[in-house]
Amino acid sequence: MKDSLVLLSRILAHPDSRCWFLAWNPAGTLLASCGGDRSVRIWGREGDSWICKSVLCEGHQRTVRKVAWSPCGNYLASASFDATTCIWKKNEDDFECVTTLEGHENEVKSVAWAPSGNLLATCSRDKSVWVWEVDEEDEYECVSVLNSHTQDVKHVVWHPSQELLASASYDDTVKLYREEEDDWVCCATLEGHESTVWSLAFDPSGQRLASCSDDRTVRIWRQYLPGNEQGVACSGSEASWKCVCTLSGFHSRTIYDVAWCQLTGTLATACGDDAIRVFEEDPGSDPQQPTFSLTAHVPQAHSQDVNCSWPSGSISRLKASEPLWLWIESCFPRKCPRTSPVPKRTRRSILDLPLFGPPAFRLGERLRATGPLTLPPLTRSPW
Amino acid sequence: MERVSGLLSWTLSRFLWLSGLSEPGAARQPRIMEEKALEVYDLIRTIRDPEKPNTLEELEVVTESCVEVQEINEDDYLVIIRFTPTVPHCSLATLIGLCLRVKLQRCLPFKHKLEIYISEGTHSTEEDINKQINDKERVAAAMENPNLREIVEQCVLEPD
Repeated sequence: MKDSLVLLSRILAHPDSRCWFLAWNPAGTLLASCGGDRSVRIWGREGDSWICKSVLCEGHQRTVRKVAWSPCGNYLASASFDATTCIWKKNEDDFECVTTLEGHENEVKSVAWAPSGNLLATCSRDKSVWVWEVDEEDEYECVSVLNSHTQDVKHVVWHPSQELLASASYDDTVKLYREEEDDWVCCATLEGHESTVWSLAFDPSGQRLASCSDDRTVRIWRQYLPGNEQGVACSGSEASWKCVCTLSGFHSRTIYDVAWCQLTGTLATACGDDAIRVFEEDPGSDPQQPTFSLTAHVPQAHSQDVNCSWPSGSISRLKASEPLWLWIESCFPRKCPRTSPVPKRTRRSILDLPLFGPPAFRLGERLRATGPLTLPPLTRSPW
Repeated sequence: MERVSGLLSWTLSRFLWLSGLSEPGAARQPRIMEEKALEVYDLIRTIRDPEKPNTLEELEVVTESCVEVQEINEDDYLVIIRFTPTVPHCSLATLIGLCLRVKLQRCLPFKHKLEIYISEGTHSTEEDINKQINDKERVAAAMENPNLREIVEQCVLEPD
């Protein structure tokens, strides 16, 4: 492997609970993390260390699952299991909740801003994807509710340059949406994964989409426009997407996140086997059948599942060509401490946010059992 | 000289092996796995059934043989549990899966990854149930639902 990863720093981001996600702001100066303690934390660099600049704890009543910065960097959206999405406005070092988007029937799993900054997408366990429009006065309006998926929608992501939305679901498919005559429609369904698709990432050009799944594979999909040279069939004027590469055999457990670095085009994955992997496309590989090689693998990078991986383009004090990767891990009450140290290597660097801490759950008070428990009417699974 | 000492040490290790005083590495593994499996079973057998005033052991929802432990690497184990629900009601099966997961998450002292499955052939929608109880995001969200949480807490409560 030609490059390796170096551990830069460890931060105890969300004590007493799990850290589910993180996001760099567009400028690469701030890091937002969110977790099971219902808060969002903003981290900034001061010298060689990372300090917590802000804790946004008044926004949600349950776990905050994902956060996303607006393209301008002035707003932060947080998606929570309490079925709402909060929009926070940045005011120097402070953040103020300016709106709470409601409407989903249950847990909101993801939120994403379109590159234009005028559109926002959210998705939920209620199987829907909502598209919201925001105007200059910070007014949000839901412009579409898309019910294409048949199960829990895990992730949404926008195309880097077009107004094309992609969603990943528990129903094992990826769906793409675009606006057609004032309404949003599902324009493509990508089938192939054999289990829940957890996350998606477009490549820097937007021609390819990477998806990662519970089936332990990463699939690369390529867009083919009508009239393409390769003779890939398209229906009418709709582009079609074909799976051009499947990375299998590298991950031993569910892959929770995949990220495509905008600078270098490398692919990073966050896996339930506690490891971090980086893949690079082989130079000279056929664009219609690309091949990727594993260029870095850090086993036991975390003491728990790795939930998220995120590359940042520009961090001060680093050359522009050296992206800083970030991984976070999820943590449950751990009784045994980490025994193996993270190996030190050279060159490319990572910053990771592990969690160690006292148990996240407290045992309930002693309850006297008075007979069979009264269960709520269960016609279909409530969770 | 080296060959002689090599031959000597080989003979010695074979002698010890044959006499039961030392064992080749591979034979040691199953015993550790059995011990770990028993540790897991000790924790799950006292979990109460959500519907009936009995433990999972009493109802034979879980048995000693339903727990399998494999080594992933040093100090990290994969725990696989196959349970048999008493009734084919989906929601109760998923609830039992939830209880098993929560109990082990909190109480199992060694580092582990957990997979819970319904034993084959005991439920019509077992694939759906297996997928749901092994989805950590769904499990985490379920535990934030106050109704479900209360039921699970009562089921996993340690007996007096």
